[in-house]
Amino acid sequence: MSDRDTIIRVEEVTKRYGKVTAVDRVTLEIPRGEFFALLGPSGCGKTTLLRMLAGFEMPSEGKIFIDGVDMSTIPPNKRPVNMVFQSYAVFPHMTVFENVAYGLKFDNVAKADQYGRVMAALADVKLDHLAERKPDQMSGGQRQRVALARALVKKPKVLLLDEPLSALDAKLREAMRFELAELQDKVGITFVMVTHDQDEALAMAGRCAVMDRGKLMQTATPSNLYEFPANKFVADFIGSVNLFEGTLEVDEPDHAIVQSEELGGRIFFDHGVSGAGGEKMWVGIRPEKIELLKREEGSTPPTPEDAPSGCNVTAGIVRQISYLGSESIYEIDLINGRRMQVSRPNLSRWDQEDFTWDDEVWLRWHGDSPVLLQS
Amino acid sequence: MQDWREDKTFFRATIALPVIWFLIFFVVPMAMVWAYSVGENVGPVDVEITGTFANYAKAFTPEVLKVMGDSIVLAFVTTLICLVVAFPVALAMTFADEKQKAWLLLLIMLPFWTNLLIRTYALIAVMRSSGVINTGLEGLHGLLAFAGLQMGTFEPLPLLYNKFAVVVGLVYVHLPFMVLPLYAALDRLDKSLIEASLDLGAGHLETIRRVIVPLAAPGIAAGLVITFIPALGAYLTPDLLGGPDDLMIASLIERQFKRANDWPFGAALSFILMYITLLFFAIRAFMERKGGKVGAH
Repeated sequence: MSDRDTIIRVEEVTKRYGKVTAVDRVTLEIPRGEFFALLGPSGCGKTTLLRMLAGFEMPSEGKIFIDGVDMSTIPPNKRPVNMVFQSYAVFPHMTVFENVAYGLKFDNVAKADQYGRVMAALADVKLDHLAERKPDQMSGGQRQRVALARALVKKPKVLLLDEPLSALDAKLREAMRFELAELQDKVGITFVMVTHDQDEALAMAGRCAVMDRGKLMQTATPSNLYEFPANKFVADFIGSVNLFEGTLEVDEPDHAIVQSEELGGRIFFDHGVSGAGGEKMWVGIRPEKIELLKREEGSTPPTPEDAPSGCNVTAGIVRQISYLGSESIYEIDLINGRRMQVSRPNLSRWDQEDFTWDDEVWLRWHGDSPVLLQS
Repeated sequence: MQDWREDKTFFRATIALPVIWFLIFFVVPMAMVWAYSVGENVGPVDVEITGTFANYAKAFTPEVLKVMGDSIVLAFVTTLICLVVAFPVALAMTFADEKQKAWLLLLIMLPFWTNLLIRTYALIAVMRSSGVINTGLEGLHGLLAFAGLQMGTFEPLPLLYNKFAVVVGLVYVHLPFMVLPLYAALDRLDKSLIEASLDLGAGHLETIRRVIVPLAAPGIAAGLVITFIPALGAYLTPDLLGGPDDLMIASLIERQFKRANDWPFGAALSFILMYITLLFFAIRAFMERKGGKVGAH
């Protein structure tokens, strides 16, 4: 068995509720042992997809295979997957130990082995000292660990996590991110997590699927989602982006130029984009990939050295500043009135004083910074 | 502006009416009935309060004890049947979508808006020997005989004027009392607990046994008490549907006040019924406290 074989295969799966299509022809493969995230805004169908993996919903069309077995007729209690619910769903009338032991009753695990397995699972989530507690005497974070142990003790082929961090406070959330990633590494079970929080998905998952209105938008590693988004939706949903509509004027193997009325100029790419010329397209530029320079009356635009003159530089005025400590976000109005966002790391303790409100500035970026989006 | 909660005059003014109501229509009559229960008949209509316990002693004769025993058994059987019937109904209601829920609740409540007497007579129409059920059975019997089967003559089933009829009537009347508290308890249950149980490998019956029933226990206890108490004191249903041997305690009380004209004995029986009721309330409270302790630790 190779390390990279497929544990979950979703084939052309559609889920309809009456006239509403919650999941729309999604095809997806998840390799064994991966930490996979389903990411998207609320109502995008990610939770429905997860619930179909668990067996709580049945696809209207299409098939789901888990470890090569068609799940079409298999009820939730017979599937080799376990779920950590958003509300944790820890049984309030049972102790922590009883909660974790619950699932083993149905696995024909000998009574003698149950104790050891439960305690080991509790140790994995650092709760072995609280085995006799009742859930109502525990914090939200502890209850989540119970839910984790309760699912992991069954040694499922896949662990499903529904918004695992959404109910925790900010500090704990950050800590749990690392802990979940470490736990996944340790137990080696495939994790499939649903989240609407892009930071969470990027920080924890090896690969993410971005969904919107039931459709799968892109499946990629976090850095590929961020640096090479497949479309406008992904570019906008993952991080911040400045989007400009334009037409492709030049498309050569080693460079391309897009003319954009919205930006009021031309955008140069230092690579070929293999798009159809003359068509309407969009260009996305991340705020941190734009350089901010002081602009004096009558000074010439400092075109980046890799771009032809007049490209990838534009004039603007600082309108808003959000000082976030590690970086500052500048909202800048271009000459044509269009607003752009630029972020700038505060590398020294005085950097945030470089620009202030109503400063006249140049915005400048390299030919490899923008990304061309066809839809 | 003064907080109305701290305004003593306002508080007194609003509380006065209910208190007066409660005094005139509950405390005073109850006190009078209690006084009668320790009184003696001195004339056709006159009762003298003598402080005797003879009326209570009279309740411990075999005939009266039989009626009380029968009443408790009938009410108990009714309650159990209600529980068995209402549990799946309530569970199904919690899984209906919001629109359906409102309609289903309306259907459960609908009988409440119809006069009990009318409903009971309707039941008689269904169950009497020339009623819907027996006529239907007779038709079926005739059909089978026509088909050549040796069936003998048709004997209508004795559905009315026996304990069976009383239980059917009581279940029919008291079912909503069981469905509503069960529904309230089950509907509050976090559905993801049920899903978690299924997810962890439990089947549906295991999930009901190990998760739903323990968590709905307070609602089940409430349903049992709320059904048992009115069933125990039921008057109209056993009176109309039962036979002469199927007397329940309420009918016995009614007889003392009317035909027997023995108000003191009737009053004593009323208070015995109330003591039994209070006893069951006490048992429930005790169980709840015990359950609460188990839950807390």
